[in-house]
Amino acid sequence: MEAEKVIQTVDLSKHFGDFIACNAISFEVFKGEIFGFLGANGAGKTTAMKMLCGLSAPSSGKATIAGFDIYKQTEAIKKRIGYMSQKFSLYEDLSVLENIEFFGGIYGLSQQEIKQRGQQLIDQLGLADVAKNMVGSLPLGWKQKLAFSVASLHDPEIIFLDEPTGGVDPVTRRQFWDLIYAASVRGITVFVTTHYMDEAEYCHRVSIMVDGEIKALDTPENLKKQFQVDSMEDVFFELARGAQRLGD
Amino acid sequence: MEAVSINSLSKSFNKGAIQALDAVSFSVQEGELFGLIGPDGAGKTTLFRILTTLLLPDSGEATVYGWDIRTDYQKIRREVGYMPGKFSLYQDLTVEENLSFFASVFGQKLTDNYALIQDIYEQIAPFKDRRAGKLSGGMKQKLALCCALIHRPKLLFLDEPTTGVDAVSRKEFWEMLKKLKAQGMSILVSTPYMDEANLCERIALIQNGKILSIDSPQGIIKQYPTPLYAVKAKNMISLLATLRQQEQLASCYAFGEYHHISFKSQDAQQLQQLQQTLEAAGHQEISMLAIEPSIEDCFIELMH
Amino acid sequence: MNQFITFIKKEFYHVFRDGKTLLMLFGLPIVQIVLFGFALSNEIKNAKMMILDQAKDASSQQIIERFAASPYFQIEKTINHEAAIEPSFLKGNIKMALILPANLDQDLNHTGTAAVQLLLDASDPNAANTLNGYASSILNSFQQERMLNSKLPLQLTPQIRMLYNPELKGAPTFVPGVMALVLMLVCVLMTSISIVKEKELGTMEILLVSPVNPFLLIIAKAVPYLGLSLINLAIILTLSVTLLDMPIHGSLLLLIAESTLLIITALSLGLLISNVTNSQQAAMLIAILAMMIPTLLFTGFMFPIENMPLPLQWISNLIPAKWYYIIAKSIMIKGLGFAAIWKETLILLGMTVFLLFLSFKKFKTRLE
Repeated sequence: MEAEKVIQTVDLSKHFGDFIACNAISFEVFKGEIFGFLGANGAGKTTAMKMLCGLSAPSSGKATIAGFDIYKQTEAIKKRIGYMSQKFSLYEDLSVLENIEFFGGIYGLSQQEIKQRGQQLIDQLGLADVAKNMVGSLPLGWKQKLAFSVASLHDPEIIFLDEPTGGVDPVTRRQFWDLIYAASVRGITVFVTTHYMDEAEYCHRVSIMVDGEIKALDTPENLKKQFQVDSMEDVFFELARGAQRLGD
Repeated sequence: MEAVSINSLSKSFNKGAIQALDAVSFSVQEGELFGLIGPDGAGKTTLFRILTTLLLPDSGEATVYGWDIRTDYQKIRREVGYMPGKFSLYQDLTVEENLSFFASVFGQKLTDNYALIQDIYEQIAPFKDRRAGKLSGGMKQKLALCCALIHRPKLLFLDEPTTGVDAVSRKEFWEMLKKLKAQGMSILVSTPYMDEANLCERIALIQNGKILSIDSPQGIIKQYPTPLYAVKAKNMISLLATLRQQEQLASCYAFGEYHHISFKSQDAQQLQQLQQTLEAAGHQEISMLAIEPSIEDCFIELMH
Repeated sequence: MNQFITFIKKEFYHVFRDGKTLLMLFGLPIVQIVLFGFALSNEIKNAKMMILDQAKDASSQQIIERFAASPYFQIEKTINHEAAIEPSFLKGNIKMALILPANLDQDLNHTGTAAVQLLLDASDPNAANTLNGYASSILNSFQQERMLNSKLPLQLTPQIRMLYNPELKGAPTFVPGVMALVLMLVCVLMTSISIVKEKELGTMEILLVSPVNPFLLIIAKAVPYLGLSLINLAIILTLSVTLLDMPIHGSLLLLIAESTLLIITALSLGLLISNVTNSQQAAMLIAILAMMIPTLLFTGFMFPIENMPLPLQWISNLIPAKWYYIIAKSIMIKGLGFAAIWKETLILLGMTVFLLFLSFKKFKTRLE
């Protein structure tokens, strides 16, 4: 894990009027790392994630994503990242294949590449029988797995996942994490938020945000030692209990 | 008396293309805190909507406090409280306005049952003049609970009240439910979070419209068919890969900081054999221990 | 009753806390009245004209003075030669030319008749027609005055009289139509959206799982909009009278009563739409397709219904605004009483009862 830093932030802040959503957060994420980004509702996770994806300009501080500047090179950043959220993932009224074609096209893959990688993806997920079905007719777990694969179709350097497994059944949830592991092994960095504390254990390193600041950042193992507790859930409680902020 | 009694309830959508509920039967006792545990799309919301008389089932029977959901729907509506999965209050009304509106919906005044909601309401009272749309997730949830309780219902239906809510707020929410139960209220709650199952008296595990199992959390755990072990090593990802190649394992999956495994046959030697195999495969800092299954383990087992 | 008041109070909160709704509610009628009243009016003011005065006597002078005094015309030039007229028409400098014959005074005094010639630019037939109306009415009034003073026996001259609206003023024909349109638009759109909003929000789900009587819910939705629409009506009428010189010849009370009836019809239609749709967009689309366009087309204030093919005339009978338009015109312009409009009122009332019945019937006590 001594590899290159794909995300690097220094004192990154975002203000909305008087409200400081993100208060000088500094951290690094390495290539191929699975980085858990935890925090209570309203702690500032979404704001931070939007800045990192180039969707919202920071108020102050510095950050580079895949070597590109977060202020000036957002277009270059967007080409090198994949994004998947619990809410929007795929077009429900397009078929599996059509979604793959569409998103492959957006990221500038050639017809050949789309065909080849699409086929590979369908085989991997075992979706051959339903490739022509509308995405809307698939079970939630399949949709989420498909959405993840589509988000990584263009071989991004980093994938941002916003609560990707919310409400998914325990078996599919683990299959989803298998995909995350596989991506990590391929050298793709995975930046993930979750409310499932067991999933925090699957991450290489975890950061926990409270009231707009990163209050802890380490491997799950070290965090548990640091707080002298048995599980990540307890680590989370120790930190989040002190939260002052109530707003979302 | 049974608060809810369901007998072979079925419901499909899109002319039968989606079987939301498939012959579901169970009952909830008066004063019980009953959990319906299952992932999204399992049929939880459909079941709630049938019990709250919002939907009619295709077949089967159901009663709420003895009233039939088809014919006595007006009586049921008077006696139950319902909190839908989506935040369903008026965003442009203040906290207090929402509460007094829902009180008057049931022909009551805010003060009539204030004692019941006092504990919860005091937490959001400092914001009583704030519009509901401007509240945080946890506060919205508390307000929604107050609105569902304001007429002191006999039975409370909570459809995924903790979905998308952080672990701290979830814990607080369950504390509130415990207090309500202590006051004698019957509560039927659904959740996709398996770890919340232990907070219920009895639970039904539901998947694809079918009930997998109904019992107390302890009862369901006791039904787990084989001993379960937790395995840990330095590199968890490659450990999982190695474990998956072992043919003597019946199951093997990641579970927090450990991987959970069970064997196909019960042989005293095989734990040690596995340890040797893993060491031979180059794994370091291996530790193995027998554990009691959690509800999530049971759910995974029942899904197979 | 207490419950009912709470419901109504809540609706008012919704309206007053939503800037967009408020703007639509009160901005729309004002904009429409002003737009229709001025910009889209077929009234023509200050049309340029020429007069060829071959008489140059007392009568011709009087006629010229009358035209000069009319707000509808602006005399570009008084000329001496017919030859100057055509180039001016061709250049588009004038819309009308008036030719007064020589010996006008003499002819009128002795024979009682004289031929006055009006030349109109009919490349825009509507404008020509309108100007013809204005000019004819000026000449008529001159003629009438002359006849009163004349010692000759009265002569029958064929003449056109524009009834009730002798000068073909724009406002009278438009205002009742715009009133119908605005009232329909605001009421149908607002109520349909307000109920569907509760479905989208999920609050309808909670209200259904409560002992609330669905009738109460529906009525409570309609009452605030009835009140607001009446305020709207007052604004429209005030604007029409002050800004557009619209007369109200008949009983104001009757007009308000009939308008209230139309508002209730529109509210019923809005309720019906909201009961059969599930999204605000769908409700809005239906409201516009099913109400706004037919109201524009078939009310009769933009396109005369008599000129339409028969099937379209039948369809026009289904449009509530058409009947209201007839009623409002009768009261405001003709000054007629209830006896003259009871039939139209009855039709409107019938439609309202039917729509209300249907929307109660369609109200679902469950989700499907």
